[in-house]
Amino acid sequence: MKRRDFLKNTAVFVAGASVSVSALDFITPKELFAANPQLKWGFLVDTHKCVGCGFCVKACKTENDIPFEANVTRTWVERYVIKKDGDVVMDSPKGARDGFTTKLLDQNHSGMTLVPENEIAQAFFVPKLCNHCTTPACVQVCPVGATYQTADGVVLVDRSWCIGCGYCIMGCPYGVRFFHPVEHVADKCTFCYHRISKGGDTACAQACPFDARQIGNLKDPNDPVAQAVLNQRVGVLRDEYGTKPNVYYIGLNKEVR
Amino acid sequence: MVEQVAQMVVHGEAWTIKDLFVLPNEYVYWSIQIVMYPYMTGLVAGAFVLSSLYHVFNVERLKEIARYALVFSFALLPVAMMPLMLHLMQPLRGIHVLMTPHFTSAISAFGIVFMTYACIVAAEIWFVYRKFIVESVHRLNNKQDRSGLESLLLPIYKVISLGAMDISKEALDSDHKAVKFLAALGIPVACFLHGYAGFIFGSVKANALWMTPLMPVIFICSAVVSGIALCIVSYYIFMEIRKWAAKRGKNWLLPDALAQGGTAIPVEQLRSIQEHEVKMTSKYLLIFMTAAITLEILDMIFRGYTAVKSWDALRMVIYEHDFMKIFVYQYGLGNFLPFLLLLVPGLSTRRAVIASILVLFGVFMMRWNVVIGGQAFSLTFAGFMEYHLPIIPHDIETFKEGLGGMLSVIFAPFIIFYFLNMIFPAFMSDDEAH
Ligand code: SF4
Ligand code: SF4
Repeated sequence: MKRRDFLKNTAVFVAGASVSVSALDFITPKELFAANPQLKWGFLVDTHKCVGCGFCVKACKTENDIPFEANVTRTWVERYVIKKDGDVVMDSPKGARDGFTTKLLDQNHSGMTLVPENEIAQAFFVPKLCNHCTTPACVQVCPVGATYQTADGVVLVDRSWCIGCGYCIMGCPYGVRFFHPVEHVADKCTFCYHRISKGGDTACAQACPFDARQIGNLKDPNDPVAQAVLNQRVGVLRDEYGTKPNVYYIGLNKEVR
Repeated sequence: MVEQVAQMVVHGEAWTIKDLFVLPNEYVYWSIQIVMYPYMTGLVAGAFVLSSLYHVFNVERLKEIARYALVFSFALLPVAMMPLMLHLMQPLRGIHVLMTPHFTSAISAFGIVFMTYACIVAAEIWFVYRKFIVESVHRLNNKQDRSGLESLLLPIYKVISLGAMDISKEALDSDHKAVKFLAALGIPVACFLHGYAGFIFGSVKANALWMTPLMPVIFICSAVVSGIALCIVSYYIFMEIRKWAAKRGKNWLLPDALAQGGTAIPVEQLRSIQEHEVKMTSKYLLIFMTAAITLEILDMIFRGYTAVKSWDALRMVIYEHDFMKIFVYQYGLGNFLPFLLLLVPGLSTRRAVIASILVLFGVFMMRWNVVIGGQAFSLTFAGFMEYHLPIIPHDIETFKEGLGGMLSVIFAPFIIFYFLNMIFPAFMSDDEAH
């Protein structure tokens, strides 16, 4: 073969290969899942009602097969203690799986610390979970499209396709993602998609004795969650990242990040 | 029981120490392999740029090291992917990146840029060595009693000649043109390749330290610096070995001499080539170092000056937690000292090599400080995380993401180079070669 021919053949091959590569994967999950324009899932957390019992965390772990002893969790509860001098001390021992049973705050390597009662200005609990962002950073960065968004706004991970690069874990501004200790793929809250898509409630909302957590349809004006989001003063976490979260908080302090 | 314990192993837990308030799912997920990954791609890109200086800009003085740098950057190529593979939780699915490219993701496009780049380097090598390949086919064909190695090499040469056996003057001239073209094309692609590695970090908006548009440029400059430094160091070492071997006629250490069937070059000549090339190259090293250091310091000043919300946490990490690593190891030992060493007049080969080793260390520390330092603080800026490199592995994970994995990545290119050198003698002295 002459060199010119060789070059030509190579060019043809490369061009052909790239065409076939680009032909792959142009079906977006939005098209795959029967689009339902009347449905967009949203979540409401009422921090006034949360007492830090951790029932939600426990229920989530059991429901979603996250090893109970593992130090990762799909949802957790944070405790905030704000001192009169403005200092903030927070903790979330084991994600508050067992609730908050002591006044000592877990500062990890720095050990346990106690804030004397007369120094406390306010103290409260804040449950956290995946925000199922409208423009999710995790979906944007996933190199294989294993993390995707359904038409009704839920962000899911395809366990059979995730390569475990951790890019989405780095990309999420809320630190909700982790590697599943058994499956060895990226994992996070799914809004219990397997339940809600059949008309059920999320495991955490069901387990909460005080109704601090609620899931609902943001597009239905009669839905209690949609009504709260419309009529009450609600806040979202880290708005500045432009992810447009869909978890709304009632009574959100500025100290909560 | 065993199963229960195994289930509790959370990725990242083995090497992360948390302090103060850190979110429950936060760990140092990107560990040593992700430090190695931009480091190795940087070396590839840098070595290539060095070789192009001669081919594109006709810097005659770099002729010998240019050919070496080209072959060496080819040997580094497969290793640039290795850290990524070692770090994936599902390495067997790595191919999914090419099967379902998701173009909003920087890693995904990286695979394509990387492949393009690999093709360019391979093609350039082919053109540079085509004459040699053809000659080798003839020489080995005519030889009666071929040694084991030679009978192995013959079919290899036959295959890689791709049937293009024409070595007339015109054919060689067009080879020459092709080399020049590919080398020129390779520079932007090499920069793009490494700029992309920087983009992977710079585009993570959740991370305050990485989130800067300067990241790709900083990465490119330090990549060129590290690539040149590595070429100087390894060139020096290989030449030392060659001198040592030439004195004693130990041909097994001179794969190119083995392959060519020729006799080694006299020791004196080797020494003078070595000296000349090392010194010349270090001049270019100095130029690129200046650019790299300026950019990095500019970035830091800018962050301090604009001092957005995250600066409080960043300052803690930069000036307190990582002070030694950033100011002593990276800037002091890795930048300032070698800068002085190279600047002081009367540069000797040995001094140039010591300076280059320090530069290599400095660039490594820069990668470390970016990758590990970027994960040193919690997303809430309330707590900190420290990464402890696993030294003694107790499972596959702590091996891959520990010292063992790191050393495998470091030594792999040298092993590849040893074999590659037999096929494409990097030290071949041929005046007609490009
Ligand atoms: S909170 Fe994080 S994981 Fe959840 S959708 Fe947003 S970016 Fe993705
Ligand atoms: S870890 Fe999995 S889901 Fe996350 S970015 Fe990588 S491939 Fe996508």
